[in-house]
Order: sequence, then structure tokens, then C-alpha cells
Amino acid sequence: MKRPVVKVDFVDESPKNGKFKSRRRFIKIGGLAFAGSSFLMYSCSEDDDFNPGQQQGPDPEPEEPEEPEEPEEPVEPEEPAAFDLGSGDVGILNYAYALEQLEAAFYTAVRAGDYYSGAPAEEQELIDDLYNHEVIHREFFRAAITAAVGEGNEDMVLPDLEFNTDSIDFNDRTSVLETARLLEDTGVAAYNGAGDRLESATYLTIAGKIVSVEARHASAIRSLLNPQSADFAGDDILVDIQGTGVAYDRAADPSEIISEAGGFIATEFTADNLPSPMTGS
Amino acid sequence: MSIIKMLDEFTSENLTKKTSSRRELFSTFGSLGKKAAVAAVPFGLAGKSASASTFFQQRAHEEPFRLALTLEYLEAQFYMMALESGVLEGGSREEIAFMKISEHEDAHVALLQAVLEEAGVNTDSPSFDFTVGGMFDPFNENGDMETARAQVLALAQAFEDTGVRAYKGQAPMLMGTPWLEPALQIHSVEARHASEIRRIRGLKGWITGSERGAGMPDATQAVYDGEDVVTQGGVDLTTLDYGDSPIVGDVTAAVTQAFDEPINSETATTIANLFIVADDNGDGEEDTEG
Repeated sequence: MKRPVVKVDFVDESPKNGKFKSRRRFIKIGGLAFAGSSFLMYSCSEDDDFNPGQQQGPDPEPEEPEEPEEPEEPVEPEEPAAFDLGSGDVGILNYAYALEQLEAAFYTAVRAGDYYSGAPAEEQELIDDLYNHEVIHREFFRAAITAAVGEGNEDMVLPDLEFNTDSIDFNDRTSVLETARLLEDTGVAAYNGAGDRLESATYLTIAGKIVSVEARHASAIRSLLNPQSADFAGDDILVDIQGTGVAYDRAADPSEIISEAGGFIATEFTADNLPSPMTGS
Repeated sequence: MSIIKMLDEFTSENLTKKTSSRRELFSTFGSLGKKAAVAAVPFGLAGKSASASTFFQQRAHEEPFRLALTLEYLEAQFYMMALESGVLEGGSREEIAFMKISEHEDAHVALLQAVLEEAGVNTDSPSFDFTVGGMFDPFNENGDMETARAQVLALAQAFEDTGVRAYKGQAPMLMGTPWLEPALQIHSVEARHASEIRRIRGLKGWITGSERGAGMPDATQAVYDGEDVVTQGGVDLTTLDYGDSPIVGDVTAAVTQAFDEPINSETATTIANLFIVADDNGDGEEDTEG
């Protein structure tokens, strides 16, 4: 039986997770419906994998070593299996690659639209830069993941995704810039939330090199939308830590990111094996 | 859950295991900062790491957070003094930005102080001289408002871009601790600040090559040295085939913009030291003052 349900270990929320996560939440069936996309399908017949009420209790299956779960039942043989992002660092790299593919595709479409062609030179230049950076990030991940999985394992590299941008009016400045804001803010939160899931210090540093550029983008887009304001690092997007003030970017789980930006992704893939946060902070 | 409790929740075994590989990696970053002199370390980092390595293996976050707190103290005090100086026009984009950034740096100070105090680490603030012995006049003490306005923005840019690089450089040290994620959450906010200040100054929000940008004093070049990296994870990104997504304009410029580079604690310390004044006795040792 195939149902749009996300496996619980994907959004693992151990008790120690909660401290800094004011916006952490479980992905819900409703959230997927809202995202308007079915790309995150999970094939499963075991109800105990989905436990929406578990946040109060201890982990249902604390820290099982990463054995393959059960011998997989053959699933829906008439459909080709959806790509799974994978596990470990490769899974996180594929996850980042998906987001970079989305951003690169978005700015590519922006540059073909009427807003861009009629925009002042300064805004065109800014869009050109963002397009360049996201294309470079995308091609970096394609190369890095291909190298990481090794020869013969190219099927572990996320394929080229297709996107659904019907909701964006590329002829309208506000529609373009508000979408850019969403994607850049989401990218920042995604990288921040992924850092603690990476095992390799090299990849952590590379993620750090990218996330600050995404944050520079988010700031610039926000100041284009509202120049004479503090929106570049606005209270609408930042969060509090320990009552010290609303002065921190979000660090969001993949489930949150997918409910925020997943609606743009038309290609179905799964994220069943992404690593949990190492310390849960 | 209190901070102490969180600290207690992860085992020292975990941390020790991670530390060696982390340090190894970190030392490779060290080469980036080799050209910067390892000058006086006013907050005693250098001696501490050598003499108390066991301590650090269990308290991996302390050294990175001590550096972070110094940089946050510097920023918080700078923005407070800038806002009090009257250099920024009331209601201007600059003033709005400085007020928001000042709030954020105060919050970061409070968080880092709380974490370090719970660990029993000294959190005294160094003393700062933002004129660097008279080289700058960001708060218009000399009555040249135009110069002061330019310099207060130039210094803000230098501090924010330094902050981004310094937090990035510390991230590997925080792996496996509950402090990695909060540090990342600060790191990207510093990048938002940097972008806005740079744009106020008429620059791009991102760094091209190792350019400090128009109007930045020579003394700030150390903030940008080593930003001109084109190879990431072993891939020279200027030689990739971008196929039907050609890069607009200069590929090398775009590649260097697309990735911000870390600095290690020595380089960050050297930059901060420009603005830190020795204590009254003038011997540069911070703990001798009462």
C-alpha cells in the first residue's frame, strides 16, 4: 500500500532536540497537501513508523545502528521506484543539491521573464549574481556527490529534478522577489539545520561557505523588497535562543524545508534515510 | 532544559573521539592564516590550548566560543558607540541597520556569556579602541562628519565580514557538541548584516576575489585575504562545464563570490587585536587586571 506518509525517523525528534527549536515540527499529511506536491512518497505498510504523538515520549527506537530496516517488500512494481536521497553525508549532500537545483532553476526562469528584462540595471546585476552563484553551487554538488559516491555508483547522485513554477509570475517584480526571499531564507535554514547531521568536517565547512552566501542573498533580496528597513535580518524570519533575543537564523529540519519549498519540486523523490542530528541541538 | 544539563547529556567519549580528526582538519585551514602574524593573544587562547588539552576535549566549545565572544563584544560595543555618537543620520537606512544589528550583537553576547559562565570560563570583555590609536575617527571625535560616516560604515563592514569568516572557521571545532547549531545560527545572521552594510556602502553584498571593496582602508585587507578561492572540495569550479547554464560575466569572480572562506582563530585574533587595547599595565596580559 502506498501512502503519502513520511517516515518518522526522517524527522527524528529526540527529547534533547527541543531546546533551540522554537519552530521544529513534525511533517504532517496536511503539510504535504499544503505543499501541493506528492514528491515525498513513502511506501510503507507499518503503521508504527508514523507516530504523530511521539514528541512527549522517549524515542521509540533509540539509536538503532543503521541496519537496513527489513528486507524490502517489492513495492508497486509497475512504477519505477522514486529516487531516495540516501543516507549519511551523501544523503545530506543530495538534499542540498535538490535545493540548489531549485534555486538555480528559479533564477534561470527569472532571467527569461519580463520582470528581469525590464528591471533597472542594478537589479538585473543582482539577479545575474544570484543566478551565477546558484548555478555554481548546483554544479559543485553534482561534481562533489559524483566524486563522493565513486565510480559505478552514479545512480546514488540525485538526478536532474523538474520544477513546478506555475505559482510564480515571472513578469511581476513582487512575485519574483518574494519567491526569491522564500527560497533564500529557506536555504539558510536548511543548511543551518543540516550542519549537525554531517559527519565530515570538510563537508561541514563547505556547507558553511555556502550558507553565508545564501544569507547574503536573503539579506539583499529583503532589502530590495523593503530598502529602508531592518528586513534584511528581520524579526519575521529570525528566532530567539534561550531568551537572549530574536537574533538567530532558523535551523530547520528537512521535513520543514520540504513543506516550505517542496511545492516547487515536481519530481518525486524520497528522503527516508537522511541522518538524524548528531547532538540534537 | 538548562545549558548545564545539555552539556551533561553528551559523553566526553564522543567528544574525544571527534576532537583528533577535527584538529587535524583544522590545521589544514591554518595555512590560510599563516601570513598573519600570531601577535599577542589578549585573551589567553594560545597558552590555554597547549596546557589544558584534556580540559578542552571535554569542553570543545569553550575555545571557539571565547573567540566568538571577543568578536561579539567588539561588535556590540562598536554599534553601541556608533549609535550614541550621532554620526548616523536619524531615520537613515544606516541608522535603521545599525540599530537592528546592535540588538543582534547584544543577544549574541548574552548567549555566549551564559554558555561560558556556566562552564566557569572568564567572560571579561577586553577594552576596545575603535580609532586604532588615532588611525580612524568613526565616532567623529575630530569634527569631520563626512570622514566619520565613511569610517563607521567601513569598520562595520570589516567587523561583519570578519565575523562570518571567524564563525565559519570555528564550526569544525564544534562538531558533535550541542553548540554547533547555535553557532551556525549566529554565523548566517552575521552574513545578513555584512550584506546589508556592504550594500549601504554601494558594494555587492558578497565578496569578489579577495577585494576589500571601494573605500575600505588598507588596514582592513587582512579581513579579505584568502577569500579568492576557486577550488572547493578538490573541484576547480572555474573549469567546470556549465553547459546550457553559462555563467554571466567573469567566471572566476562569480566562483569566488559563491563561496565565503573561513579564517582560523589566529587570523581572527590578529584582526580583533587591531582594536583591542592593552590593559593599564601595558603588558598585554588580560588576567592581571583586577
